[in-house]
Amino acid sequence: MRAWTLPVLAAWIAVLAATPFVGDNYLVKIATFVAFYAALALSWNFIGGLAGYPSFATAAFVGLGSYAGALVQNAGAPIVVAWIAAAGVCAMAAAALGAIVLRLRGHYFAIGSIALVEILSLVASWWSGLTGGGEGLNLAFLPGGPDTIARVFLYAMLGIAVLALVTTVAVTRGRLGFGLRCIAQNEDAAEMVGIPTTRYKMAAFVLSAVFCGAAGAAYASWVAYIAPSDAFSILLTVKVPVMVLLGGAGTVLGPVLGATALVLLEETVWARFLEFHQAILGAVIVALIFFLPGGLLGLAARRRTA
Amino acid sequence: MSALLELRGLGKRFGGIEAVRDVSLTVQPGEIVGLIGPNGAGKTTLVNLITGVHRATAGTVRFEGADVTYQRPHEAARRGLARTFQVVQPFPQMTALENVTAGALFAGAAGSVAAARRDALAQLERVGLGAEAHKPASILTLPSRKRLELAKSLAMKPKLLLLDEVNAGLNSSEIDAALALIRGIAAEGVTLVLIEHLMKVVLSLSTRIVVLHQGALIADGPPKTVVDDPRVVEAYLGARFAQRHVQARDSHA
Amino acid sequence: MDAALLAQVVLNGLMLGALYACIAAGFSLVWGVLNVIDMLHGSLIILAGYLTCSLWSEWHVHPFAALVPVGLVLGLAGAVLQFVLINRVVRQPVLTTLTLTFGLDMILYNVMNAVFDATPRRVTLDLGRLTFGDVVLPWDRIAAMIVALGLTALLYAVLRGSKLGRAIVAVRMDREAATLMGIRVPRIYALTFGLGAFMAGVCGALLAIVYPVTTNATGQLLGKAFIVCVVGGLGTVPGALAGGLALGVTESLGSHWFGPQAAALLGFALMLVLLVVRPTGLLGRKGYE
Repeated sequence: MRAWTLPVLAAWIAVLAATPFVGDNYLVKIATFVAFYAALALSWNFIGGLAGYPSFATAAFVGLGSYAGALVQNAGAPIVVAWIAAAGVCAMAAAALGAIVLRLRGHYFAIGSIALVEILSLVASWWSGLTGGGEGLNLAFLPGGPDTIARVFLYAMLGIAVLALVTTVAVTRGRLGFGLRCIAQNEDAAEMVGIPTTRYKMAAFVLSAVFCGAAGAAYASWVAYIAPSDAFSILLTVKVPVMVLLGGAGTVLGPVLGATALVLLEETVWARFLEFHQAILGAVIVALIFFLPGGLLGLAARRRTA
Repeated sequence: MSALLELRGLGKRFGGIEAVRDVSLTVQPGEIVGLIGPNGAGKTTLVNLITGVHRATAGTVRFEGADVTYQRPHEAARRGLARTFQVVQPFPQMTALENVTAGALFAGAAGSVAAARRDALAQLERVGLGAEAHKPASILTLPSRKRLELAKSLAMKPKLLLLDEVNAGLNSSEIDAALALIRGIAAEGVTLVLIEHLMKVVLSLSTRIVVLHQGALIADGPPKTVVDDPRVVEAYLGARFAQRHVQARDSHA
Repeated sequence: MDAALLAQVVLNGLMLGALYACIAAGFSLVWGVLNVIDMLHGSLIILAGYLTCSLWSEWHVHPFAALVPVGLVLGLAGAVLQFVLINRVVRQPVLTTLTLTFGLDMILYNVMNAVFDATPRRVTLDLGRLTFGDVVLPWDRIAAMIVALGLTALLYAVLRGSKLGRAIVAVRMDREAATLMGIRVPRIYALTFGLGAFMAGVCGALLAIVYPVTTNATGQLLGKAFIVCVVGGLGTVPGALAGGLALGVTESLGSHWFGPQAAALLGFALMLVLLVVRPTGLLGRKGYE
């Protein structure tokens, strides 16, 4: 990790945390989204950035977390308990599903991971007794005025993002991170060198699910309504890897940077060109791949060595 | 002294082809065994069976007395069974140092990433790659890559090291340097199995030679004996040469 | 379940499956040869469907007549797209190529939605039905099935018999060796993608006869193409046929027993099962990832 990574991250956290005191609820909402997507991007980074497995399963776990959290919350539990339960459910689901999909590589893994999103979405639509089917689930709004609610959810999302961040730093610096990087570059050689690849990949996949689950549950509590099409959104599942690519995959700062950049980009674009939102995102992706293959951090590195 | 590695009736079938047939072999600690045989004899397959890359379809492998026939490659590595590859398989975007650190950290069971790195640097110096430690593995020359592979396997703290064609593609002086290195490794107590095509290397290093032909073991003994064995000559050069060789030998006797 | 009902369900499945096979054949070819997943495939099919419907409603062009022109337009567009853009990233990791085609698809989808809208439309040809006993098969579906199978067979013939086809197969087998033999691989890539887009085009025209065409279906169609490739085997026409028919029959039976939503779920479940048990697919060969 670069020397300036930790100070930059600290500054990022501070700026987001300060938004309620320097701006209106709209600004706080944007900050909450930045934290939400940062948590998702950092999660993806474990399996997609470090281990090199191109996962499109993010929405599967965000959605699963949303539903799990909503059901627990509707059953009467306090919201933080619901979020923790959601994280737990996603961890277990990742372990079970990972046993199947992690046997695949490359394109097949990518497809398997998208299939997870579709399958869970279909299950949610089908099992209407539990999930309200296509109509969705309503949750109770939290007590308190708009200012309180805005702050509560800002700090909740930020808290989840910080947890994801701390985990990322710990993993990147230690044995697991090293092993995952080896797996990404040459999985067979990694086995040969003594890395228990199946176990490590599983760890990465579970880590990639846990924070998504918590964030999904928090999001459901925030919005107070979930339905299969939003919870298991293909758009979300594609945006998250794009954020990490935008920032710089496999690094600590990259996912955070990319998530922040994309959210800010979307806010400025969406307001003006609502109808072409998807096309613009598509154009950003195309531009990203052709002009910024190493992400923003890659650009910074090139500037320094030039 | 109990055997370090023991193969009994080991076999591997790929569909209709028996790549390795009924191989039984014992390797004692401290030996340097040369494994030779014509191309396609099954030498690399045998190494793959020993290290868990392929699953044996017959027979057993015992390492330090324990049955390890169906082990996964990473388990073999952790047990002290290391191997190099004919076509070197580094982690391309990592530096030479990081490549060797991987060996030290996992199979070599270093306590921490930092400790593994220190150990790795020592191994790189030992094979003469100290100056290239911070270069990406993908830009190293072939001889350097071979030495990198060696450093990585040493960092794994092996008890038995299988060297698969470690001299392929090297010139004469590079080979001499490699030989010196290998002798040094053996001197430290690492048991070696060398797969080699170069007779000069095999004869100068091995305490014992084992010959594989069409998947089966056809000779196993001291170098001088094996080299003269008519079956070995036949395997390499065909029946007619074998006959002529026997005649020439007998007429000199 | 009595024999006639079973026969009806299975035949429906086979007719559906023929369409699926045709949809997947082009997709499978691109994936097998370029190792690129064409996320635009579903949108291209719908685009062709819209064009066919427009040709019918504005200029009374019969869909069967519109098939080839629509296919050619899309094929040309596809070849150009490949040559200009996708060729540049063809050798890059899965994440890059997949994300790129995803991004391109987002643009196409959005533009389509803006130009046409999501209202379902179709070409209704009242050709009557074929009845034997209790089994009823509408003629328009039978015609669509025959054309779909015919086109799939034509693709197969082109791949095996023509010079272009053999060049494509050579590139699929071994890119480096093909280059050494003088095959200009970037051109073959462009032509292959174009061929895939052509197939998407004709499938879209056929689809417009049988089902309502709407941009909401692009994702579903893509999903079907995936499933067929995984189930049947990558890069070969027989694989697409086997996978398509298998999926069609599975969905038809599943829909009958469990309802239409369950049918879609079953399709994915079938895919997952095959991914684990036999990733190369029913007729696939090892070596394609």
